[in-house]
Amino acid sequence: MDISLQQVSYAYAKDTPFEKRALYDVDLLIPSGSYQAIIGHTGSGKSTVLQHLNALLKPTEGVIRIGSTEVVADKKNKKLREIRQKVGIVFQFPEHQLFDETVLKDIMFGPMNFGVPEEEARQRAIELVKLLGLPDEVMEKSPFDLSGGQMRRVAIAGVLAMNPEVLVLDEPTAGLDPRGRKEIMELFKRLHEEKGLTTVLVTHSMEDAARYADRIALMHNGKCVLQGIPQDIFSDEDRLMDYRLELPQSIKFQKKIEEMIGEKLPTLCLTEEVLAEELARLMKKEREI
Amino acid sequence: MKREIISLQEVTFTYTEEDPSIRPAIQNVSYTINEGEWVAIVGHNGSGKSTLARLMNGLLFPQTGTVQIFGEPLNEHNLWDTRSKMGMVFQNPDNQFVGATVQDDVAFALENNGIPFEEMVERVQASLVKVKMSDFMNSEPHHLSGGQKQRVAIAGAIALQPRILLLDEATSMLDPQGRDEVLQTVRQLRVETDLTVISITHDLEEALLADRVVVMNRGEKYAEGTPKEIFERGQELIDLGLDLPFAMNMSRLLRAQGVPIVADHMSEEELVNDLWTSHFNK
Amino acid sequence: MLEKMIFGRYIPGDSFIHRLDARAKLIFVFLFIMVVFIANNWITYGILLLFTLLIIRLSKIRLYFLINGLKPVVFLIIFTFLLHLFFTREGPIIFDWKFITIYEEGLKQGIFISIRFTVLVVLTSILTLTTTPISITDALEILLNPLKKWRLPVHELALMMSISLRFIPTLMDETDKIMKAQMARGSDMTTGSMKERMNAIVPLLIPLFVSAFKRAEDLATAMEVRGYKGGEGRTRYRKLEWATRDTLIILCLVVLAAILVYFRQ
Repeated sequence: MDISLQQVSYAYAKDTPFEKRALYDVDLLIPSGSYQAIIGHTGSGKSTVLQHLNALLKPTEGVIRIGSTEVVADKKNKKLREIRQKVGIVFQFPEHQLFDETVLKDIMFGPMNFGVPEEEARQRAIELVKLLGLPDEVMEKSPFDLSGGQMRRVAIAGVLAMNPEVLVLDEPTAGLDPRGRKEIMELFKRLHEEKGLTTVLVTHSMEDAARYADRIALMHNGKCVLQGIPQDIFSDEDRLMDYRLELPQSIKFQKKIEEMIGEKLPTLCLTEEVLAEELARLMKKEREI
Repeated sequence: MKREIISLQEVTFTYTEEDPSIRPAIQNVSYTINEGEWVAIVGHNGSGKSTLARLMNGLLFPQTGTVQIFGEPLNEHNLWDTRSKMGMVFQNPDNQFVGATVQDDVAFALENNGIPFEEMVERVQASLVKVKMSDFMNSEPHHLSGGQKQRVAIAGAIALQPRILLLDEATSMLDPQGRDEVLQTVRQLRVETDLTVISITHDLEEALLADRVVVMNRGEKYAEGTPKEIFERGQELIDLGLDLPFAMNMSRLLRAQGVPIVADHMSEEELVNDLWTSHFNK
Repeated sequence: MLEKMIFGRYIPGDSFIHRLDARAKLIFVFLFIMVVFIANNWITYGILLLFTLLIIRLSKIRLYFLINGLKPVVFLIIFTFLLHLFFTREGPIIFDWKFITIYEEGLKQGIFISIRFTVLVVLTSILTLTTTPISITDALEILLNPLKKWRLPVHELALMMSISLRFIPTLMDETDKIMKAQMARGSDMTTGSMKERMNAIVPLLIPLFVSAFKRAEDLATAMEVRGYKGGEGRTRYRKLEWATRDTLIILCLVVLAAILVYFRQ
């Protein structure tokens, strides 16, 4: 399911003295099956774009196509529910949305809203508890009795239970410790690959964007100023600095080494692992000469 | 000559006294912090580090062991006096903003401690200058970024001219920019004053800034030392759910690729130099 | 909807009215409520209207804002107007058609009541539009201070009010976020039967309460750590300063009252 934004503008509190423009003529294409990162500093409009992806917000101008459905300004759309089921959003600090008596019931809330029979919803919930690496005994516990990291997983399971085709993630690792961060990001990578999901990651972390995404869009002051593959986005440090962003650490380090040896590595190394490989290869070559 | 400012001796604390089968949040922990030091207390979520913060300023009292501050055991009598000498910044920027505007919030602790009006005005000004927020005197909290709110919280803490600043995961809910702002502010404060800083964190960069690191694991003290000593433990830290500095990770990855790196380097400069002298410069 | 409400909002500015001491403004509004009842004929109500226009002018608030803000109460004004119009049966009949009979006195009373209502709403709006909530709270605390003798927890009430005001935007944001998160999970709060809608509110309310309690707990801890032990021994950062203009505005009101008494029937 492709998602495309065409000339999308959005203003909060339109036609009041408190009107605030948040997006200006945003064009963005998220092809089906891609892993799209949206980066930009706080207040760049990332979160506003995200809420358009399943029509929580409707554009004040422009068109959004979600699969075969069009969302435009001021029009009631009967397919809204269908869109919401197909595009799951994991909001920042998703544990804040937990409410039900037990973990299982909370995970079942989404699918049952979309008319999935109770028994099937329960099955999905049980599978997801396992998939997310939660111990079995949490299923009948109150979600409020879990640790912060576990609550986060339950909330994510609640979104996955709707079997979305597109998974939108808003800073999914905020506030987690390093291990928790890594585990969650690896989980989304696995889901993306195994279930063939389209994944949209809104993040502050250049490292995550470089490591996981195959496409990156850069937002700045409500505009989408850059779009492309990570290698292109991270090829120009000065340009990133203009948007108050930095290079991922591995690329920063690569630049330092390139400067020292006066030679360029064949590719831009998006992760530390790739950089280590490239450096090892280069040294082997040097020794052979 | 370094003077002790805080010391914990064999402190044990449990939230569930009635149920001894549950592991205490803090178990037999001892350490001392000297005046003017920057100590980072690190550990994964749930390792007990935030409980330690609460034990250090008398929000909680240990079941066994003692907590000494400024050379005296902390108790109900010297509690308020102690708190007036210890500023604290918490995790959630929104939930500690008491005042209606920036200046009201900074003044809050001063009001509580009965500081006269004229002095209050001066101190509020001076504190806001120190955290570079004086342009936002009259701003309301919902118009500020997370990093700005935390800087205001720091201003509110230092306005009382405390001897200790305790940061309880003060950067964990911020974006990278906000985190840098806050850390930069603390560094600057350390240059200007002899403030003792205790930062409770799982952020690596924050730990690297400290003079000393205490590592917590499952309620117990796991290790203590300079950042270098601590991070040299490598894999052990990863097993505890923590991270290693970039250069160290890089050193390990290179070695795994068959590049003979002599040590796990802490800083990128060291690693670059090592690579240069031993591998390229022949 | 809420975005268009102006009642209770503050518009920053530097007008004569803005600069008045919050206590003066509170006393003014309180006295004005009583003064309004002196008026009872065309001249006195005319004077009241003129006086109100003068205050609006002094506050430099755009009329457009005030009219917009009046919208929620327009219905009430029209309702009381009609009530008086149809049910006052005094004086000569000025309109008679089938079962509708309007007396002159009814029309007069309707207009008077509407004016009374409007000037009251406008002046209280001006109070909140030109005074920060924190100053209103401070002024209330000081003005109510004598009531401490009767064990009214004035300081605590004022603090409670100022913290509530401070957290309104935070909680509004939070409500919006949770609502969207639940909508993204297929919850629908806008359609369906009454019962369905009630059910859909539970997933919104519970997280809101949980988070509000968490915030309250955090806030209490933060306040304790910063040395808060109640009103005892506390100094105040906010100083309200009573200036000549404050005495002046109260005097104006006294003069107005005198004029009204002179011209009333």
